[in-house]
Amino acid sequence: MNINAQIAKTYIVTNKKLTGVAVAGVVLGMSIYIFMNSMLLGFDKSSSKSIFKTTPHIRVYKDDEISRPLVSSNGKKMLLINPKIVPAKNTIINPGLVISSIQKMKDVEIVTSQVNANIFYNSGKSQITGLCSGINPEEADRMYAISSTIVEGSLGALNGNPNGILIGTGVSDKMSLRVNDYVNITSSKGVNKAFKIVGIFKTNNSVIDKTKSYVNVLAAQQLLKEGNVYVTDINVNIKNPDEAEKIATQISASTGYKAEGWKQANETLMAAQRMRKIIITFVSTTILLVAGFGIYNILNMTITQKINDIAILKAMGFKGNDVIRIFVTQAVSVGIMGVIGGMMMATLIITLLQHVYVGGDIGYFPITYEVTKYIQGIVVGMVITFFAGYIPAKKAANIDPVEIFRR
Amino acid sequence: MKILESKSISKYFTDPVEFQVLKDISFDIQKGEFTTLVGKSGSGKSTLLYVLSKMDTDYKGKLVIDGQVTGNMTKDELAGLRNEKIGFVFQFHYLLSDFTCLQNVMLPALKLGKLSHQEIEERAYQKLAMLGLSDQALKLSSKLSGGQQQRVAIARALINDPLIIMGDEPTGNLDSKNTKIVFDIFQELSKNYGQTIIAVTHDDDFASKSDRIIELKDGEVIRS
Repeated sequence: MNINAQIAKTYIVTNKKLTGVAVAGVVLGMSIYIFMNSMLLGFDKSSSKSIFKTTPHIRVYKDDEISRPLVSSNGKKMLLINPKIVPAKNTIINPGLVISSIQKMKDVEIVTSQVNANIFYNSGKSQITGLCSGINPEEADRMYAISSTIVEGSLGALNGNPNGILIGTGVSDKMSLRVNDYVNITSSKGVNKAFKIVGIFKTNNSVIDKTKSYVNVLAAQQLLKEGNVYVTDINVNIKNPDEAEKIATQISASTGYKAEGWKQANETLMAAQRMRKIIITFVSTTILLVAGFGIYNILNMTITQKINDIAILKAMGFKGNDVIRIFVTQAVSVGIMGVIGGMMMATLIITLLQHVYVGGDIGYFPITYEVTKYIQGIVVGMVITFFAGYIPAKKAANIDPVEIFRR
Repeated sequence: MKILESKSISKYFTDPVEFQVLKDISFDIQKGEFTTLVGKSGSGKSTLLYVLSKMDTDYKGKLVIDGQVTGNMTKDELAGLRNEKIGFVFQFHYLLSDFTCLQNVMLPALKLGKLSHQEIEERAYQKLAMLGLSDQALKLSSKLSGGQQQRVAIARALINDPLIIMGDEPTGNLDSKNTKIVFDIFQELSKNYGQTIIAVTHDDDFASKSDRIIELKDGEVIRS
């Protein structure tokens, strides 16, 4: 070990109290910074996860058209005073072609067609309104992870079974239905059909559990009195959900149908998320700055305390750079100890919080160990401690020893 | 052989008002001379010593140490010069209180880095033994008495076998017994080892026993 490092080590070891306070400052700042940011990311992930349980990244559908003048002549402007929605079918024409053309696009992972029908569940005299989604079970499972929510029966049983149905626990409880029971469904088009329950799911979102059901696409088309090319929605999942808006625009342009990204479809949630992000970023940055300032002050104090030592060292022939090295070594050592302690503390807090049950469709507190935030914390912590040592040491290194002795 | 030449050195203090502390000071110091700088307080003797040791670089004039003109040297080069060629003993011991006596003595040599750690430790023990402190070597420097601390400081000044030892009232804080010990050490160094010594003192008794007295008054040399 060279002489500068040895001196730095002696200072760290002999002033245990001061070292301890400085390290504690770094630990506190670091751990809160990592923890707050992990919490923010956890919230974001959990809220997008709950959105993606029922919403695809991009939904392609035929938007309602507003009636327009049919003729457009040069020089004259035609105008409809009171335009109405054109009573056209909101079906996608030639869905097979549309699907395959979307599948060819870059970054697209899953494309699946869906037919939604408003329905009533009938059982004896009781009737519950609901929404029935006609799905392709395998593709829909990859998209919404339906099988992970199933509490009874299985999603696989829906495969190739046009009479099978998956219902939510809300519906099954209200109508006291079990797997293998039959439920009668009436559609808005007046079609009546009995389905055999093959599975029951529970998403913990009570609105969905009380209304939603899944059947095969074919069955949903029957409920709507439509043929097997009738598709209302094409759902698309992409690799990076954050690019949904961009890709939606591309799909819109290439297919001519309306493509809507999930952020657009959940504007309120997104606004809340943005607000949360601003608040937590602000708070965690403030904490980091306050901690950084504290670290700076403590290290500055150790150097001010050692100013006489600096003069003595310089009188004995230590150069300005040696002085800087000694105190930067000291500061960085404090930084390293603090950063390690901070990471352990953050891990501890996160682990504890992960075991807190908050209920609802969230379950346990949504927080994970965010590696990027750990790295950010380490970098910021080290940079602050480095400069907290460097700046005052640089100042002390540049003065003649006599100026210090004369004080 | 001239070991130190001071050629018309002047120094001003500007705070609070401009004031000339050193006025055109010129003298030479020969190798092996035991010189004392005397004068009333405020005569500029300590200031002169700090200029001679290059710890104060804010002056006018020319200073040659061991044939080297020091005017254009950077602070780092000066630090290297101090490390190798000048041993300094302060009025207050100025030891690093967080280190043991042995470590304090070893520091300048470790900085110089010419010898191995082991050799340096042996030398440091020798110096401490020479000053009668071998049994105190592993104590923290802050645990020693004033006289002992001053002797450790002298050992530290000697560790690199400097060309010149400078002392700023090295006995100013000591009782008569310790003063005598320190003086005897200086005298022995100068007589037996041919060590050049420049010491500031206002102890006339101390001064009268040295080889040469340079007396300052109001920043001017009145006797040399």
